[in-house]
Amino acid sequence: MSNSLQSRPVLSVRDLEVSFPSEAGRVQAVRGVDFDLFPGQTLGIVGESGSGKSVTSMAVMGLLPDHAAISGSVALEDRELLQLNDRQMSKIRGRDFGMIFQDPLSSLTPIFSVGRQIVEAQQVHQEVNRNLAWKRAVELLDLVGIPNAADRARSFPHEFSGGMRQRVVIAMAIANNPRVIIADEPTTALDVTVQAQILEVLELARTETGAALILITHDLGVVAGTADEVMVMYAGRPVEKAPVDELFARPRMPYTIGLLGAVPRVDAAERRPLVPIQGNPPLLIDQPPGCPFQPRCPISVPECAAQEPELAVLPTTHPGSHSAACIRAGQIHDGTITGASVYPVQQASPAPSEVLPREQRGTVLEVKALTKTFPLLKGTLLKRRVGSVFAVSGVDIDIRQGETLGLVGESGCGKTTTLLEIMNLRPPDHGSIRIGGVDVAGLKGRGQERALRRKLQMVFQDPMGALDPRLTVFDILAEPLQAVGESDRATIESRVGELMELVRLDPEQSDRFPNAFSGGQRQRIGIARALATKPELLVLDEPVSALDVSIQAGVINLLNELKAKLGLSYLFVAHDLSVVRHISDRVAVMYLGRIVEIGTVDRVFEDPRHPYTQALLSAIPVPDPQVERARERVILRGDLPSATDSSPGCRFVSRCPLHLTLDDTHRARCAGETPELSGREASDHLNACHFR
Amino acid sequence: MNANLPELQPRIDDVDTQLSPLEERAATRGRRLTRRRLYLRRFLRNKGAVAGLVILALLILFALLGSLFTPYVFNDVDFTSLTMPPSPEHVFGTNETGNDTYAQAVHGLQRSLVIALSVSLLTTLISAFVGAAAAYFGGTTEKAILGIVHFLMVVPSFLILALVSQSAGGDWRVLIIVLTVFGWMYNARVVWSLATSLREREYVQAARFMGVGSMRIVLRHLIPNIGSLLIVSFTIGVVTTVQGETALSFIGFGVQPPDVSLGTMLSDGANTVSSAPWLFYAPAVLVTLLTVSMALIGDGLRDALDPTSRSGGRA
Repeated sequence: MSNSLQSRPVLSVRDLEVSFPSEAGRVQAVRGVDFDLFPGQTLGIVGESGSGKSVTSMAVMGLLPDHAAISGSVALEDRELLQLNDRQMSKIRGRDFGMIFQDPLSSLTPIFSVGRQIVEAQQVHQEVNRNLAWKRAVELLDLVGIPNAADRARSFPHEFSGGMRQRVVIAMAIANNPRVIIADEPTTALDVTVQAQILEVLELARTETGAALILITHDLGVVAGTADEVMVMYAGRPVEKAPVDELFARPRMPYTIGLLGAVPRVDAAERRPLVPIQGNPPLLIDQPPGCPFQPRCPISVPECAAQEPELAVLPTTHPGSHSAACIRAGQIHDGTITGASVYPVQQASPAPSEVLPREQRGTVLEVKALTKTFPLLKGTLLKRRVGSVFAVSGVDIDIRQGETLGLVGESGCGKTTTLLEIMNLRPPDHGSIRIGGVDVAGLKGRGQERALRRKLQMVFQDPMGALDPRLTVFDILAEPLQAVGESDRATIESRVGELMELVRLDPEQSDRFPNAFSGGQRQRIGIARALATKPELLVLDEPVSALDVSIQAGVINLLNELKAKLGLSYLFVAHDLSVVRHISDRVAVMYLGRIVEIGTVDRVFEDPRHPYTQALLSAIPVPDPQVERARERVILRGDLPSATDSSPGCRFVSRCPLHLTLDDTHRARCAGETPELSGREASDHLNACHFR
Repeated sequence: MNANLPELQPRIDDVDTQLSPLEERAATRGRRLTRRRLYLRRFLRNKGAVAGLVILALLILFALLGSLFTPYVFNDVDFTSLTMPPSPEHVFGTNETGNDTYAQAVHGLQRSLVIALSVSLLTTLISAFVGAAAAYFGGTTEKAILGIVHFLMVVPSFLILALVSQSAGGDWRVLIIVLTVFGWMYNARVVWSLATSLREREYVQAARFMGVGSMRIVLRHLIPNIGSLLIVSFTIGVVTTVQGETALSFIGFGVQPPDVSLGTMLSDGANTVSSAPWLFYAPAVLVTLLTVSMALIGDGLRDALDPTSRSGGRA
């Protein structure tokens, strides 16, 4: 990076402003972005949804719709891009700019083979013979790590998995040796293990082409591992810009400090409450003067409201490298201002789980040998069964009172099926489910089912989709009460008020509709609804994954607080292991319908035994560049195989790094004998691997 | 290619919650608004809708009380004045058989209103319930209902309709039933396809996991969420029923003389529009007023019930 600074920037953006007309007024989506991008450099742009990071990249590529008003300057070396029309831009996009978007499925045309699409990408911009272009396409696919590239080039996009598709998109993006690669949330739609692979391929693509990379993401961990320089955006403006080490070690803008404090870390054992940033991001219409972060800032002073601070260079060891847009940035050091922490530290409330030892607490949920298979059907008129999908096979879990069990795994591993089986309250295909000591198979009639429903409630992933938009918040919260047979109007009214207060919402607002609330507030309504019947067990299906980082922290804290206050037990399903580590007491790792490792959260995270758990943990990016660089990654090859195979043997065999190091007799055991969950010593830390 | 733009349009309701001192005051006044009052308030805020409601009310009043202002009954025959233009004696004139057009208009409006409103209401309700229930229950129920719907769609309904109403002697009550029986399935099919996507929504799942009964989920979660479609189909239904009834009457199978409806009056009047225009204009104006008022009311209702609608205002 040091020599790249001496060369000329390949892309320089000055005073970029973008606004869109809307019914409510002009939306100032981007309000003054400046940056220089040098060859070989990686610039990370971080921000929450609506901060203008994607609009910035779209403006650079000239992909914004015509009604967007764009001003400022975007120069690719010496060529000004903003004046070019769409035809002229088309010649630059794909040749000088390589683009990688979030959703690899919609980035590829479903009706052409991937090889043909890469050939086309070359022929649009170069005079190149078809055979040569095909050869190059195969080379590129090989480079991005597609096995059997020569054959797979003839395959169609739907024949690839998500991770493989994203590799194809990367191959296409670098087909013409671009000078700038723009990756907009390239890994957000992918699982962690696949995310690690893609980030590696992206790095490879960058070094191979010598291009500069703009990496847009909301995940601070991703940035910490890959970027050289980071720009934090808020309300359409960069609020802090610094080299990656400097930014993570010495953030100077309160928003950045808040963002870093709000992320749970997978490598931190201590359970301090996360530090949420109060309030919501501003609407970008008719901004009042002053710092846009001022209403949410814990250290704002009256001067903050007077004028919006410029992004000013701060005096540091590397002059000119660190800048922040805060009038008090000079006073902030190591997250403190005048000796006190910028964000006041909150006290953790002791959980009841710490009061009584685990064995003495009652069992709230007991699942034994749960199995769920879905038939694979074929034929249009007469369906015949051609096989089965073993979504869940032989899962055992138990949750004690006041305990949180985190259920983690990649998508398709059977987490959600397990949840739904529990929530359905129907006897499973095999095995048994007992809730609060009552066996689900023994339920008779609606009365008994209702009584059990009282004890078991669920919080959903999508805070918008889980609330009926036609009902007011009052009706939403009253529904579970009415469903369990409560009909007294006054009781319902007072209970709804209580619930609103419990989740820190204003009870006066209960006559509003859900879409009058922000994402975090809606999720609080979802939690309040689940609490309405005073349940013992709350099933949480990815409750924070749809929320922004700063909002997520508040919801996680609320969940922890409610658990302590009400003595709840949680079954917490998530793919984000850092969140799981923060909230769970015990954790179960699932792979292809089986639990491969289960134990207390600290044991599993500190001493993972199963090779899959090890790989999963090492794939999670940590928001600390120094830790990121020093970490050794276990990169899993390939994707989750399909779950239609019921032959004995370990299901992880095809991707297992440990398996490769074994001798033949041991390998045969992996392939032929299904490993049972077992522990080394007399502890409840169990794993399903023959050799661990 | 996925544009992946963030939500550029600010959520209007966010703006509204910030800019609504009126609601704020309502909130601080205490009492929570019930949903019905909320809808009423939002409906009344829409001027067009209120105008539509007033027109409809006037039409209904006219249909009920109009006969008090004329000495004639619709089937009285005045042989002294055949096909007379409007005069003080016959305010809207008379037709070729000497019936008073004013009395006929009052009576015809009454008939048409009753037929159109009840047929449209019945078809909308039946289609909403049947379509949503088919989607929610799935499996065999869905197959059976869709089978019936598809069967009814290929049956030459107009022919059967004509035959049945003919054999019933043009009784308007039979007409209502027949029009309903052969009118609900198109809407039911549309409702079904919309509701199949609603069925997968998390809030429906949430309700199921809370132990809410199946019927209640259909009535409370599925049907209200296709409300705007239903309202539009209701208002269009009124218009098409008037037209359908006109068409039937035109070929002689609808309301049979001496009974009259707006439809029969229109088809009679259309024949003599150049020689005796008053016979056409009186029913035409009434039909137009009826359809316009229904459209306005429909718009207002849709906006009031739709929480995301802007014109619905803030709440």
